[in-house]
Amino acid sequence: MKVVVDLGACDLHGLCVEAAPEVFEIGDDGVLHVLIETPPDGLRAKVDRAVRECPTGAISIEE
Amino acid sequence: MLRRIVVVGASLAGLRATETLRDRGFDGELTLIGDEPHRPYDRPPLSKQVLQGTWEPEQTFFRRKDGYDALALDMRLGVRATSVDLRARRVILADGTFADYDRLIVATGARVRNLPGMAPRVGLLALRGLDDAIALRRELMNASHVAIVGAGFIGLEVAASCRARGLQVTVIESLPVPLSPALGSTFCEMVAAMHRDHGVYLRTGVSVTDVFGESRVAGVVLSDGSRIDTDVVVVGIGVTPNTEWLEGSGLTLENGIVCNGCGEAAPGVYAAGDVARVANRWHGDSPRIEHWTNAVEQGVHAAENALAGPASSTSFSSVPYFWSDQYDRKIQFVGRARPHDEMVIVDGSLADRRLTALYRCGNSVVACLAVNQPRALIKYKKLIAACVPWEAALTATAAS
Repeated sequence: MKVVVDLGACDLHGLCVEAAPEVFEIGDDGVLHVLIETPPDGLRAKVDRAVRECPTGAISIEE
Repeated sequence: MLRRIVVVGASLAGLRATETLRDRGFDGELTLIGDEPHRPYDRPPLSKQVLQGTWEPEQTFFRRKDGYDALALDMRLGVRATSVDLRARRVILADGTFADYDRLIVATGARVRNLPGMAPRVGLLALRGLDDAIALRRELMNASHVAIVGAGFIGLEVAASCRARGLQVTVIESLPVPLSPALGSTFCEMVAAMHRDHGVYLRTGVSVTDVFGESRVAGVVLSDGSRIDTDVVVVGIGVTPNTEWLEGSGLTLENGIVCNGCGEAAPGVYAAGDVARVANRWHGDSPRIEHWTNAVEQGVHAAENALAGPASSTSFSSVPYFWSDQYDRKIQFVGRARPHDEMVIVDGSLADRRLTALYRCGNSVVACLAVNQPRALIKYKKLIAACVPWEAALTATAAS
């Protein structure tokens, strides 16, 4: 899976950081960073949760 | 063995429940029942992008890219569930059909409260659903003055959107300040000043005693005797959970569906979202919460426990979170504050309308408010979830 973030839609709610801290981080620059673009399957449930919990639908997964 | 799961309520909590059931491998019959004709849509943009006219209503629909094929739902839209027979495990619908279940998830949400004693008429509206937003937007196109009853978050977001459209706006609030006194009166006064600076005529400490006009709204009368001429009245005075269809079912209904910590209201029956009162370990009680993230979390949680069964269910623990966008400010709040909690600003200032504040109850930090400081909120949410002592939270502030 590949994690894709629409930074134009990201509103910095930070729920993805909470759901999958291995994959998402809000940097000192105040921008969301994807730390692992292609996370291992072991992180699938966490990334799914990040997708579901994003209030602006900014995160998607490409298989 | 689970063969049939029925989800009643096709908004955020219900949708997330169905998605989670499929994610976790449930491959039986999955029915999603909704009383609106629309596919599930997202509510937060209704008061902002849709009202302002920057989004078309279709842009609020969920799963616009993915579609619904992968969920393989028996989606029954535009039909209301009228009762449930817990013993027969059957939901009865208004069109005379029914849906049998092995597990039931109830996510029927809430509806707006009307002004007591006011007859419906053209131009008297509320904002809850997509059709409400479309109707209100249409009214705003021909209006020059809007009166908003209730200065809660929804009322204030509508006010900001109406100002963005160049309309004259009056907001009427019976409390002395907008929002909730529990958030701290200084913060509420800051929000009041922000709206006044944007040209909103904010009337606090008065209530609406009458709406006048013949076929359509012409104005409102306030409790101090004053009259305000207006083209449109928008009522935002809170919501009532949709539980009437469950009366007599055997479920415990007290300002919502009372559930245990597993989100279970009866064996095999779960509730989630605005209609539910799930025992929350973090809270220590069972509040009914109307926030977006709560609907997601409880929808997911109910689905997981419905599949796991009572022996393997997990208990719900979550720190409530909500946000509100008004003008160029993002207000975010996490935790729970009560009227007598102390609010301490730890960064920024009320004057700048950019700040982070913590709320203290006893020796604990119980909530955090951030205005245009999203990163601070993420940090403090962790501390609040962990119930750290007040001094430790302040130390974390100093260290950042």
